[in-house]
Amino acid sequence: MTSLVIAEHDNAAIKGATLNTVSAAVAIGGEVHVLVAGHNAGAAAAAAAQIAGVSKVLHADSEAFAHGLAENIAAQVLAVASSYSHILFPATAGGKNVAPRVAAKLDVGQISDITKVDSPDTFERPIYAGNAIATVQSQDATKVITVRTTGFDPAAATGGSAAVEAVNAVADSGKSRFEGSEIAKNDRPELTAAKIIVSGGRALGSAEKFNEVMTPLADKLGAALGASRAAVDAGYAPNDWQVGQTGKIVAPQLYIAAGISGAIQHLAGMKDSKVIVAINKDPEAPIFSVADYGLEADLFTAVPELVKAL
Amino acid sequence: MKVLVPVKRVVDYNVKVRVKSDNTGVDIANVKMSMNPFDEIAVEEAVRLKEKGVVSEVIAVSCGVSQCQETLRTAMAIGADRAILVETAEELQPLAVAKLLKALVDKEQPGLVILGKQAIDDDCNQTGQMLAALADLPQATFASKVEVADGRAKVTREVDGGLETLSISLPAVITTDLRLNEPRYVTLPNIMKAKKKQLDIFKPEDLGVQVAPRIKTLKVSEPPKRSAGIKVPDVATLVAKLKNEAKVI
Repeated sequence: MTSLVIAEHDNAAIKGATLNTVSAAVAIGGEVHVLVAGHNAGAAAAAAAQIAGVSKVLHADSEAFAHGLAENIAAQVLAVASSYSHILFPATAGGKNVAPRVAAKLDVGQISDITKVDSPDTFERPIYAGNAIATVQSQDATKVITVRTTGFDPAAATGGSAAVEAVNAVADSGKSRFEGSEIAKNDRPELTAAKIIVSGGRALGSAEKFNEVMTPLADKLGAALGASRAAVDAGYAPNDWQVGQTGKIVAPQLYIAAGISGAIQHLAGMKDSKVIVAINKDPEAPIFSVADYGLEADLFTAVPELVKAL
Repeated sequence: MKVLVPVKRVVDYNVKVRVKSDNTGVDIANVKMSMNPFDEIAVEEAVRLKEKGVVSEVIAVSCGVSQCQETLRTAMAIGADRAILVETAEELQPLAVAKLLKALVDKEQPGLVILGKQAIDDDCNQTGQMLAALADLPQATFASKVEVADGRAKVTREVDGGLETLSISLPAVITTDLRLNEPRYVTLPNIMKAKKKQLDIFKPEDLGVQVAPRIKTLKVSEPPKRSAGIKVPDVATLVAKLKNEAKVI
């Protein structure tokens, strides 16, 4: 029994979600290999070889993998799939994009977003926005899995000494072309990896107010910024800040929700946070039902006050 | 060019489901069912493409029980031209649905398939990608903008950290994210019109597809409850609690 973890990386370094996925593979048991499919990704492959618990790294290098196009990455995974009992992807935008292609081509069901490994064929996963937990058993020979990173502690990034093996890269599918990207560049931690998240809701009222009130708090705490769907839909915050069932699933040490009422879809994305603070002037807001510390106050006075007090 | 729009009938997003006491699943008897919200966005996008003259026919498809006809009527009230139901009482998992859709893609030869990125019941996020793989088509998932021209689709996708734009050759599969569009309200005249539109019904056997589930649900349980904490009177108390009690700052 050997598992293959598909690394999430930017060619230079391994992304954090890969480490949680390795932990899930370790929990399944057996050997753990990592596939790094990238372009000039030698550094990422070398970093993958350092991850504790990994015994081999497969490195496929080609311009076709430069932007992680699903068609090409899936084909590369399929080229090596026959040696593996389990194929695991992080449940990130990248992993979710590729994994089902691999499962379909192998003619196996996919188990999405696992939060726990019960046995090599049995897993737990949330359904209905986390309002229920399903324990599911795969009947297929190969298990294709995406791993909810908040369900597993990250493996140590160093301490391993796996061999890196170059594998032949598959050809470009030619059907999909990368045109460009707009990735926000800032010094803040990534939302899904942040220790502290400061999140704002519709009560902020405008993009300007969101920035004016929430940013100083995030700066003070070295936190990532998040938002409720209502705030994103209203244009107060960018799309990729959305925390919730269909946005980012986060579990930081501290989650501060300001002006967020707490729809079940939002709670689904953050209720596994260690400590939750809710600031809301509505005493009936559902967010208070999951908050460790609730402050019934107007966020426009409470948040600046909090910034000063920290 | 035809567009195929698969739609799923799910528990309405406003309903808070309850786990059955025997842990066999969630109780969906007598709860409101609706079209999966992401699929509604897909129907809207297809209809807008038709209104722009890029698309000639919008075909809504649903796989499942007989009541999915209601979901298909809703799709036709938004503006789909006709509908296909693949009717079965069996539990359908994403791989089975993707195989049924692949059979319909072979039959109808659409230039585009647009569907929701995930269904809000099983939260799988698989069907579109699986269909693309089985039909050997390019895919653009989590779309927030779609432009169709010259046999290609230019799709802006929501990815971790921002947006990315792909250009894919048609035919192709696109899955929708929340911000692609805001679906229109269906009007009574359109609901009446939708009742008269064509709705064909097939069985999985008619399409030569085996739909037996591959993943067995052993049990469904309540998530661990998070107990409500305390209310603090002011910011100073909050900061003190975070420092001394929770020790997170």
